[in-house]
Amino acid sequence: MAAVTPLLATHDLSRHFGGLVAVDHVDLEVLPGEIRALIGPNGAGKTTLVNLICGRLAPSSGTVFFAGEDITHHPAHVRVGRKGIAYTFQMTSIFGNLSCADNVALAAQRALARAGGRHQTRKHRRAALSASITEALDRVGLADRAERRAASLSYGHQRLLEVAMSLALQPKLLILDEPTQGLSDGEIENFCHLVKAVVTDATVLLIEHNMPVVMALADRITVLHHGAILAEGTPEEIRANTAVQSAYLGR
Amino acid sequence: MIGRPASARVVGLHGAVLAALLLLQFILPAYHHGILTRVMVLAVYATGYNILLGYTGLLSLGHAMFFAAGLYGAGLTVYHLAWPVPLGFISGVLAGLALAAIVGFLALRTVGVAFMIVTMMFAQAFYLLTLYCADYTRGDEGFVLTQDMRRMALGDWTLSLAEPVIRYNAALLLFGICLIACVWWVGSPMGRVLIAIRENEERTTMLGYHTYAHKFIALLISAAMCAAAGAAYGLLFGYVGSTFATIHYSISPLLWVLLGGAATTLGPLLGALCMFYLVDILSGYTTAYLLFVGLILVLLIVWFPKGILGTLRERRLQWLP
Repeated sequence: MAAVTPLLATHDLSRHFGGLVAVDHVDLEVLPGEIRALIGPNGAGKTTLVNLICGRLAPSSGTVFFAGEDITHHPAHVRVGRKGIAYTFQMTSIFGNLSCADNVALAAQRALARAGGRHQTRKHRRAALSASITEALDRVGLADRAERRAASLSYGHQRLLEVAMSLALQPKLLILDEPTQGLSDGEIENFCHLVKAVVTDATVLLIEHNMPVVMALADRITVLHHGAILAEGTPEEIRANTAVQSAYLGR
Repeated sequence: MIGRPASARVVGLHGAVLAALLLLQFILPAYHHGILTRVMVLAVYATGYNILLGYTGLLSLGHAMFFAAGLYGAGLTVYHLAWPVPLGFISGVLAGLALAAIVGFLALRTVGVAFMIVTMMFAQAFYLLTLYCADYTRGDEGFVLTQDMRRMALGDWTLSLAEPVIRYNAALLLFGICLIACVWWVGSPMGRVLIAIRENEERTTMLGYHTYAHKFIALLISAAMCAAAGAAYGLLFGYVGSTFATIHYSISPLLWVLLGGAATTLGPLLGALCMFYLVDILSGYTTAYLLFVGLILVLLIVWFPKGILGTLRERRLQWLP
């Protein structure tokens, strides 16, 4: 089979914190259009790994390729702003004093600038921005709260606002770091629908502890243990994998 | 509302303020006429400072160097090289910009308290430089720009910047330009990014913005306004001295902005106006007027930490820019 260029590839990627090896020689390949789940026990290095991918941390060794290009030395704002990697924080990180619309606007205007919106007229640009804001808020179901101060939203809605900001970036790769943490059951269900809709134009890398969500969404699952890849495969394969069961599922 | 184009209400309010300033010159007695001229120039200084403190969230303790760079950039060229007034003004602004580029390149690598200290040290170095170059600057004593030096030709007319009417309207023109620029800029996409940096710099980076570059541009614009204020101060009032480079002049805009309301477009004017009159009135009663200024500021910070307009915006007028 002819190899498809992976959207994201890491080669021999490692990161130490002093003597602690958080990420240990990881070779990860994510294909365009898939939903990839990244699971593992607490402290397995999941968040460190995605921080290396989106540029918030520099690796101790190894390389990161995005759409075939070596981005290991690109700073985070270039990876997000120009390459199209969006990262949704594990700890909710929004602009609490700004309205929901302003929060999303910050992401949307960056995406429009990337798409070359500078050459259009002011009026055109403003209309495109406003349309993009409405669309992103609509997708997460926050359209009626556009003018609310972000900090006044409930925790679950703040998480959704984060996702809306990432969507407004129109990313090629969307990294979601424990997105369903703190959401109610009903919200989780809506969230699953949302991710399935997103994947039509983006690739998703999902860190998640909620196993039903992972099993329902993921095309493939990568299991991280002590910073290294323990197993990789379809949800069924992972469910059947005895090494994963003993390390992670505790069975 | 931040981060969006000015609404009709906002345009109306700022238009009314500028119109009021235009009309006041026909009503005010000479003494207050003179004070308001000074206050408008200082409000330009405060407006520039507010762009960095209020909208970008960077507290500088060294902005006197940008004010003084404008003052000397204009003063020295007009005094020693006999440059005409407009050219002197431009050279003042450029001096401020050049200084900001050097200082910003280094100082913006730091944040918080370190940024305050670094900017303060740069300002101190600049102050000492004005003393060191006493051959040209005449140090503490300073030098006077004579009325002849402050004339400028405009077509067939000759305008003398020593005349109160001209002075008042020149100050108003400069303030008007800076105020409108500030309102426009705050409502632009770039203004929104600066506010985002103030609120949460890490998140802003992860939305794909080069925060260092944005802060650098904010510093350049801030310094250009402060230098324009310094240049105008020298050219309008005819005195250039190193007092204007002292720490006192770095603290002043901070106080004006805090009093009027940080991150409000009209706060700098209001703060400068109130503080100027406060000092003016208090100094009529006591030489220890700074003690009372300090006391009032402490009370203000305790009860109205957002300043006059900031508090008003929070309680009543949420549309205030």
